[in-house]
Amino acid sequence: MEEDHEAFYFALLTRKEPRQESTFAATRHISSSEYTEFFMTSSQLFGITTLTYLFATLFYVFIFVFKAYRLYFIAVTSTAIAFLIQTTGIALRWYESYDMGIGHAPLTNMYESVVFFAWTIALLYLGMEWKFRTRILGLFIIPLAFLAMAYASFSTEITKEITPLVPALQSNWLIAHVITCFVGYAAFAIAAGMGIMFLFKAATDTAKSSDISISAGTLPALRTIEDLIHKTMLFGFIWLSAGIITGAVWANSAWGTYWSWDPKETWSLITWFVYAITLHARYTRGWAGKRLAWMAILGFFSVIFTYYGVNFLLSGLHSYGSS
Amino acid sequence: MKTTTQIWDFFASVKLAIFTLCALSLTSIIGTVIPQGEHFSRYVNEYGSVLAQIFQVLDIPTMYSSWWFRGLLGILCTNLIVCSIDRFPTAWRLITADQLSVNPERLKRMDHHATWTVSSSLREASEILTAKLHAAGWPTSSREEHDGIILASQKGAWSRLGVYIVHLSILAIFAGGILGSFLGFKGTVQIPETESTDKVFASGSAEPIDLGFAIRCNSFDIEFYDNGMPKEYRSHLTVLDKGKEVRDEAIEVNKPLSYKGITFYQSSYEGYKDFLLRFTDTADNKTTTFKATFQNELDWSEKDLRFGVINVEAQGNQVIRTKIWLRDGDQQPLTFWLKPGEKKEIQLQGKAYSLSAKQMYATGLQVAKDPGVWLVYIGCGLMLAGLYMAFFLSHRRIWLSLSHDGDNSTVVQLAASTNKNKTGFSDIFSQISRLLTDNGGRP
Ligand code: HEM
Repeated sequence: MEEDHEAFYFALLTRKEPRQESTFAATRHISSSEYTEFFMTSSQLFGITTLTYLFATLFYVFIFVFKAYRLYFIAVTSTAIAFLIQTTGIALRWYESYDMGIGHAPLTNMYESVVFFAWTIALLYLGMEWKFRTRILGLFIIPLAFLAMAYASFSTEITKEITPLVPALQSNWLIAHVITCFVGYAAFAIAAGMGIMFLFKAATDTAKSSDISISAGTLPALRTIEDLIHKTMLFGFIWLSAGIITGAVWANSAWGTYWSWDPKETWSLITWFVYAITLHARYTRGWAGKRLAWMAILGFFSVIFTYYGVNFLLSGLHSYGSS
Repeated sequence: MKTTTQIWDFFASVKLAIFTLCALSLTSIIGTVIPQGEHFSRYVNEYGSVLAQIFQVLDIPTMYSSWWFRGLLGILCTNLIVCSIDRFPTAWRLITADQLSVNPERLKRMDHHATWTVSSSLREASEILTAKLHAAGWPTSSREEHDGIILASQKGAWSRLGVYIVHLSILAIFAGGILGSFLGFKGTVQIPETESTDKVFASGSAEPIDLGFAIRCNSFDIEFYDNGMPKEYRSHLTVLDKGKEVRDEAIEVNKPLSYKGITFYQSSYEGYKDFLLRFTDTADNKTTTFKATFQNELDWSEKDLRFGVINVEAQGNQVIRTKIWLRDGDQQPLTFWLKPGEKKEIQLQGKAYSLSAKQMYATGLQVAKDPGVWLVYIGCGLMLAGLYMAFFLSHRRIWLSLSHDGDNSTVVQLAASTNKNKTGFSDIFSQISRLLTDNGGRP
């Protein structure tokens, strides 16, 4: 058997914890540009979406600055168009993943979740527009959808590729978890947008100078805005609670531990506490008006940190801890 | 007596709740910035010995189970319990209150009220209004007073329980967590294919824990994506209780196996340098399995057969094929390549066998016993139900006070209140008053 002394070369002792599998070496991603038999790819559609949100944003600003309120329907329509293009893009990306033989809902990495975040913001905004007819509200919300899409499209921090799922991520609880969390996050984003709107209006109301070129007088009444902020926060709170719960159920079905105080879990709990504090402060100390607006903004910072900061700022600190 | 009331009021106050929630949020940040559960020397290297000492004293390396963090959680629970006991009776009275015993003077001072006169007798008016309210989905009760009639209707009284359900759900989750930490365990174990174990090792301390039964890993399969990432892995497990095979199940990540309250989760795997060679008798389907070390000769003396694995081809972690040699008695040795899952038909002493070869693995299992998890899940369900009740349902009440105003004329006084969503209720109120004042075309 002399001639059979070929090298024995497979990697031995490959022990992998499911939680760390995303670091699995030797991956060769199939780039989505290999799948251009469609007239367009999902990332091209997302590019158009980004531009349409930008257009809508600029239009809201235009309307506000030039008091061209009769043109409001153009801004709302372009938001709706952006939303439809984005919906198509998400569906196409889902299809592409099946076409690559990977087949999973487009909700499993940072890029996909940012896109979904922007989509949910637009969806909730359109819903509020339809239900409450709040008009200029879009000025304070659609920029957030635009920024999220711009970050997804242009950031070099996150990969746009469709990657296969490691076994731990192949769970319906994960899908439920991502959807519920992001509906919550989007509601909190809208509450923060309205918080800014409230503070802006409150500031211009007290300034009372007639020479302010942009009048905030056309914004909804402070009480209306405040009521909407509160309602949106309640809506977000119930979804965030559901998000934390589905995450815990998922962890329990994958590892037998529903809560392990990892930074992501802990930050989602901190965010949950921030909103719980706001609810109670409103109840007892009558925290309303400006304070509520500030809490909506503070809470959204906590959301951003949970979502973005934990991945990109804390991960460096923990890289040695997790090896 | 006075101090007990003071202490009670302190623990019943929402101010304390706000304080505790703030304290929990702020201190929770520490453990997300300072890595948890490292060895002392790590902290010395990273933060210097003075800080590391302080960390040690304050239990920072395991802060979420430290005395002070648990203390804060304890305060939160006490606060919740005392606050609920303090307030619940009032809420219960509001839910079960007899609406008809309202003071008509109070009606005038409610947020929503309206007064009008109808040209019908007291009794007639009462019947018409009751019918209208009933048709609009407001079941109505009435009472005759000495100078008139009171009608009352309400919806969503039970929604006042929502907040209590939310608060109770938090206590249920805590109770479930405590139950699990006292009566349960978390452990891990690695079982090589074909072997069994009746012990697992506690996470953290690595102390052995007796299962009270044994678990065997019959086989382990793994599938890969084209890029080499694992797609799915699966262990075929058998539970052996008192030597008897009681359960046969394949587990995957996200699909665990439970037996007698202990759950086995597929969590990892380890590839061995050994191989499993399986001879299956085609006649009776009986399988004989051999564990082969690389380039070592095995002897199946019963069949006068010698064989072994002489070569392997692999890509990354994935065995592409295995080269087997096999010698039946004194005959010329055979060598052939086998892919995983592929079967080679061979004849031995007139009997047909099929032979397959695969790399041997050990399956890595996470093992958990958590008798509190059901309570946690009930808590989670209650929380969502309670939040829905607290946020989206409200207790809405309507009163009608009818009084004589001459023979064929009655004064109707309508009043309504809600405990939540006051702006939205204005619309409902105007609908109701329109419905009730509408006299169906009559003057
Ligand atoms: C993480 C902990 C807590 C959560 C998630 C929570 C949740 C809630 C929610 C959702 C509401 C309803 C708010 C609304 O309808 O706008 C509420 C109200 C309330 N909570 Fe809490 N709570 C917590 C802790 C506490 C604690 C410790 C106390 C102790 C004093 C407390 C006292 C109250 C009171 C008095 C109300 C108002 C009840 C009413 O409307 O009659 N909460 N809480």
